[in-house]
Amino acid sequence: MTQRGIYMDWNATAPLRPTALAAMSAALQEVGNASSVHAFGRRARAWVDHAREAVADLVGARAALVTFVSGGTEANNLALNSRGSRPLVVSAIEHESVLKPARLAGAQIARVGRSGEIDVAHLAYLLDKVSKPAFVSVMLANNETGVVQPVAEIARIARAKGALVHCDASQAAGRIPVSIEALGVDYLALSAHKLGGPQGAGALVLADDLPVEPLVQGGGQERNRRGGTENVAAIAGFGAAARDISALGEVERVAALRNLLEEKLTQFGLPLTVFGRNASRLPNTSCFASGTKTAETLVMALDLAGIAISAGSACSSGKVRPSHVISAMGFDAATAGSAVRVSLGWQNEPADIDSFIAAWGRVQRAGPARSDAAETRISAA
Amino acid sequence: MNVATQNTRTVPDHGVNAPKLPIYLDYQATTPCDPRVVEAMLPFFTEHFGNPHSRNHKYGWDAEAAVEKARAQVASIIKADEKEIIFTSGATESNNLAIKGVAHFYKDRKNHVITTVTEHKCVLDSCRHLELEGFEVTYLPVQQNGLIDLEVLRNAITPKTAIVSIMAVNNEIGVIQPLAEIGKLCREKGVFFHTDAAQAVGKIPLDVDAMNIDLLSISGHKIYGPKGIGALYVRRKPRVRLEALIHGGGQERGFRSGTLPTPLCVGLGEACAIAEREMDAEAARLRKLSERLYNGITARLPEVFLNGDAEHRIPGNLNLSFAHVEGEGLMMGIKDLCVSSGSACTSASLEPSYVLRALGVEIEMAHTSLRLGIGRFTTEEEVDYAIEHLVQAVQRLREMSPLWEMAQQGIDIKSIQWAEH
Amino acid sequence: MYSEKVVDHYENPRNVGGFGKEEAGVGTGLVGAPACGDVMKLQIKVGADGRIEDARFKTFGCGSAIASSSLATEWVKGKTLDEAETIKNTEIAQFLSLPPVKIHCSVLAEDAIKAAIADYRAKSGASDKAAE
Repeated sequence: MTQRGIYMDWNATAPLRPTALAAMSAALQEVGNASSVHAFGRRARAWVDHAREAVADLVGARAALVTFVSGGTEANNLALNSRGSRPLVVSAIEHESVLKPARLAGAQIARVGRSGEIDVAHLAYLLDKVSKPAFVSVMLANNETGVVQPVAEIARIARAKGALVHCDASQAAGRIPVSIEALGVDYLALSAHKLGGPQGAGALVLADDLPVEPLVQGGGQERNRRGGTENVAAIAGFGAAARDISALGEVERVAALRNLLEEKLTQFGLPLTVFGRNASRLPNTSCFASGTKTAETLVMALDLAGIAISAGSACSSGKVRPSHVISAMGFDAATAGSAVRVSLGWQNEPADIDSFIAAWGRVQRAGPARSDAAETRISAA
Repeated sequence: MNVATQNTRTVPDHGVNAPKLPIYLDYQATTPCDPRVVEAMLPFFTEHFGNPHSRNHKYGWDAEAAVEKARAQVASIIKADEKEIIFTSGATESNNLAIKGVAHFYKDRKNHVITTVTEHKCVLDSCRHLELEGFEVTYLPVQQNGLIDLEVLRNAITPKTAIVSIMAVNNEIGVIQPLAEIGKLCREKGVFFHTDAAQAVGKIPLDVDAMNIDLLSISGHKIYGPKGIGALYVRRKPRVRLEALIHGGGQERGFRSGTLPTPLCVGLGEACAIAEREMDAEAARLRKLSERLYNGITARLPEVFLNGDAEHRIPGNLNLSFAHVEGEGLMMGIKDLCVSSGSACTSASLEPSYVLRALGVEIEMAHTSLRLGIGRFTTEEEVDYAIEHLVQAVQRLREMSPLWEMAQQGIDIKSIQWAEH
Repeated sequence: MYSEKVVDHYENPRNVGGFGKEEAGVGTGLVGAPACGDVMKLQIKVGADGRIEDARFKTFGCGSAIASSSLATEWVKGKTLDEAETIKNTEIAQFLSLPPVKIHCSVLAEDAIKAAIADYRAKSGASDKAAE
């Protein structure tokens, strides 16, 4: 059903690592509910505990403080649900799984600079504005621009004002070193499938024995923080991927590919905006706008050429609208509307960059009529 | 410890020789993933790995098509429309979403929820949570056979009742509640009917329209699918509205945000398709095995009691009390048989099952109970082995039991002043 | 889950059985409750020299309860009543490596020993009096 195309959309989902697949295949052949006391149940429990240690190691946490959930979205929701009566302060470029519940809770929203970094002074101002100690939620790396946020600085300021801090590290983990202690945050969200584990698993990690107010109740699993039979195979895959990452030195190679891409784009001669270029970024992500074509046209045309990239974040379920991240950085609608994201991973090769540039060039030279047709198709979808 | 090197065969062969040990008899706790399900899932871990919500390239579309096919397979087994199926992380989440979601959405007009005392922990915990928020919850008692009394339900419904949540099949004792009658009553009274069908799907015929079910929870790993996936059926006509538990990208029509795990969705779909196709034959086979197991035990051991209604039950479950033998001690004596005493979620807590207590099973008898769960991969050889093993262990422990001795001497245990500790 | 010693005593329990309650020199302790999931019956037979020459038990309960009572019958044999009375539940728990949730089994075994001794003393005290 699928051709072997060129996949450059790793921030949407990363292909499963072979070690994760191996762990999952083995775990899937097992039967056993991790809560059962018999031999089968204890073996399922061993898989879960083994993975818990790996995930804890990945972010320098204690295994007992890792709660497995169904994914990054649930991990973020669970963290925010645990804020008690604290007022919420979040940034404007958070993932929807933070922004949506934050808006429902009437959160204060911190501005973002043109560099793609959260405006720390504004966030500090908001912390003073709310009357009580707050609950702050900031992401470690943005999914669209890859910009790494000054989380440690934010956490230091926020904690001094009595706040609890949650960090959505879904996109960062596995791509840059993440330490819950060095960041100085209280809660940390992880997603398995962004780091080469399977879809359907994630974790909320605590820095200490902090309150967790469950979203899903029943059965008392995960130390009463999350009810429901543990997703043993996915958790095993998550653990294997987490272990793999701490062992692989793939980051420099991927960064070199990303830099090569941006260099070739510059040589192209069209006006080029690389978002967040002056900030510290994830080594695998490049988000840019160039030329007059809309993001949708570009993404469609590249797909026809067998290259998968993305416009904005993958979660906007069909709705085509300018990225809230690029807009929050202060760019106009036209620039935001033509921004595309290329995100790479360990399977990409230098030849992929060449193919991308060649296809990119063909699209840019094509007439405007075709782009209109492509846009019609997208909005009908 | 390297868990990956532990390589014990877990799905028994359909061989004719002595069965492989240990024997898995805990099919209500979880089921092995059917190899056909695993096979259907594998390509979606590797070549078709896309995010089903990526709308802009083939990887995403392939994943989306697979998810939608699975959705139709899930809908089919309960005779629903695929647009009425929401994927979740499992039946626990489905139950939380159904009960809290409906209660929260209609809270301005209604503040009352009805459930039963024998529900799964996650239903009871959701209801307790609602009580803390100020909702009123009625916990219906059950009769001695484990079934609810419809008149008691009728009298419990008030104009303020938002939802009735009653499980289809009980996880501990396997009894089937009168779903069609409950649905009819709820529809008459204009109250939503949710049923936790985690233990029922693929085991008994379910038809959401014929039974007037408005919300129905499904689990993947109880029906030979993978863990970490489940579904919630939410009726569209008349429309049931819910407040989401998990907010974010707006997937699953806004009812449940989060990237859908494509391989797990595919696995659940395939598990439903297989179950739908094979249910009748499987039920007949399991009924025979379960009769063989029950008769084999009771022919050789006196004072063994079946908990829950003898007629209205799924064939794969036998919950038995072995008088005068303590359940945990018995489990240790049959360590080649993987069974459960009480529900899997609570069996580490050493308290006797609240479900058995609700049936009026006396606490001392509840301590002597085991749940034997058989399923798709259970063989006749395994059943025979289990009978032999159980009978021997019970006989040995009864010889060691002071209560058995007293019973043989005609001493009524209740006449003794026990110092409860 | 269970220590080797618990498994050994569960699989090969020592001194299962009983003596006639009214037999001379026999003391019987019955402790626990069916509703709590464990009942122990422990009996001692005291010789002319005042030492416990034999012991028997029957237990309704989990593996740890069975092991605790089996061990208790081994330990009391050969001891005087005063010596047997000094057996502590902590010693039983430690010897069997019982996990915290099973400590109550060792408590019950200690109670059973004490109850059997008390029963013996009550009976022999009564018979001593009768002999006077």
